[in-house]
Amino acid sequence: MRLNESIVISAPPKLVWDYLAEPSNYLHFMSGITRWEVTGEQRTGLGARYRMLIRVGSAEVGGLIEIVEWQEQRDMAWSSVLGVDQRGRWRLRELDDGRTRVELRFAYGVAGSGIPGWIAELVSAPQLGGHLRRSLRQLKSQVEHERLRAEAARRRSERAAAAG
Amino acid sequence: MADEARLAEQAKHNGGSEDGSLRGRLPTLNGISRAGGGVVSAGRGAAGGIAAGLARRIGRRLTANLDDRDPDYIRENLSLAWLLTTLWFRGEVRNMGNVPEHGPVLLVANHSGGNVTPDTLLFTLAFYTYFGVERAFYQLAHNLVLASPGGQILRRYGTVPASPENAQRALDAGAALLVYPGGDWEVHRPSWERNKVDFAGRKGFVRLALDARVPIVPVVSIGGQETALFLSHGGRLARALRVDRTMRLKVIPISLALPWGINVGDLLGHIPLPAKLTVEVLAPIDLRAQFGEAPDVDEVYEHVTTLMQETLETLAAERRLPVIG
Repeated sequence: MRLNESIVISAPPKLVWDYLAEPSNYLHFMSGITRWEVTGEQRTGLGARYRMLIRVGSAEVGGLIEIVEWQEQRDMAWSSVLGVDQRGRWRLRELDDGRTRVELRFAYGVAGSGIPGWIAELVSAPQLGGHLRRSLRQLKSQVEHERLRAEAARRRSERAAAAG
Repeated sequence: MADEARLAEQAKHNGGSEDGSLRGRLPTLNGISRAGGGVVSAGRGAAGGIAAGLARRIGRRLTANLDDRDPDYIRENLSLAWLLTTLWFRGEVRNMGNVPEHGPVLLVANHSGGNVTPDTLLFTLAFYTYFGVERAFYQLAHNLVLASPGGQILRRYGTVPASPENAQRALDAGAALLVYPGGDWEVHRPSWERNKVDFAGRKGFVRLALDARVPIVPVVSIGGQETALFLSHGGRLARALRVDRTMRLKVIPISLALPWGINVGDLLGHIPLPAKLTVEVLAPIDLRAQFGEAPDVDEVYEHVTTLMQETLETLAAERRLPVIG
């Protein structure tokens, strides 16, 4: 099953990327996520591994994932190492007005699970789709809040410098 | 001591062969059958004969061991378990993170739902999706369950015949082990006792945890006893038919269940009502840290069952209506 959701965030790609690259943020903005832990010594970047779980229906599903593609401020993709088969991708593209279009792609399934697996994918899709949409909305809210806070801090320091 | 004697008795009932099979027990069963036929009335003798015959068949089919667990099979079939527990039982498992991340652990649970036991399905699914099918996880089950047509499937999920040897072997291998001390007694308790943890005084799990030096993690579930109208354990019937001696079966339960109506024995299972199931995993108990170097078995048993009873009552208080939840 493939799911695809997108949103436009009023912030430059760098700000969005910095937020997405920090693993501790995922528990704050990813809807349904119950676990997102760094496993191993590498915290972020290509090859970093995370243990993640998301509540879907009666169970928390997920497993060990690894970052398999890392293009700064553009693409971050992951693939499962253990657990439910999954691939995901953050795709960031800058718009003409300086804002950022963020796309979240997610594909999942269990190889060899036959018809029950196919039905389970269909049944779980609406709930997972809802998680993805809420995650993007929360990402937008958090990043835009960060941008406003950074701008306010910059204005304050400019005023202080002018007064001083 | 009484507990050890009971464990030894249970081991004897399960055969005593190293792979946990009942093969070595067949002569004993034949002997019981012959002796029984000579001293009881003709009717009871016939019943005993049938039971002994059935036990022989079970013995031939009980060869499960730890190697029967098949992670790939489990992984490929989790979707079906997820569908059943999500759509039919609206299952919910809380605080799975209380199970230690690594190492052996004894999961002690209450048991409900007759021979269909939907709480086991839900917890097994939750365990494997949370920790991954790679983590060794076994469940102890009554011999009859493993000898049933679904027994082959259960073996691949990690279900092994309930015996102290199998339990010890699983924990020695560093696995998580799920036990239901109440077993066949608790799983067939009347529906009006659905909010009662009833281990029937079986304390073997405490001794097991102490011997293996592993923590106990209590697991409390609710909803399973609402999947049919359970009327009676049928303990007297089991004794009259002598299946308590020949098949280690303390009960012949009587219930109202789909599609049978009156359901005696529940040997073929039943179609469970879509009762909402909730499972709560409690914090691990390190017996020696909490009760000293030589814990009193009775005290630990009392502590664990009280904790579970309180949790079950809390879960019951959350439910507004039976079945609906």
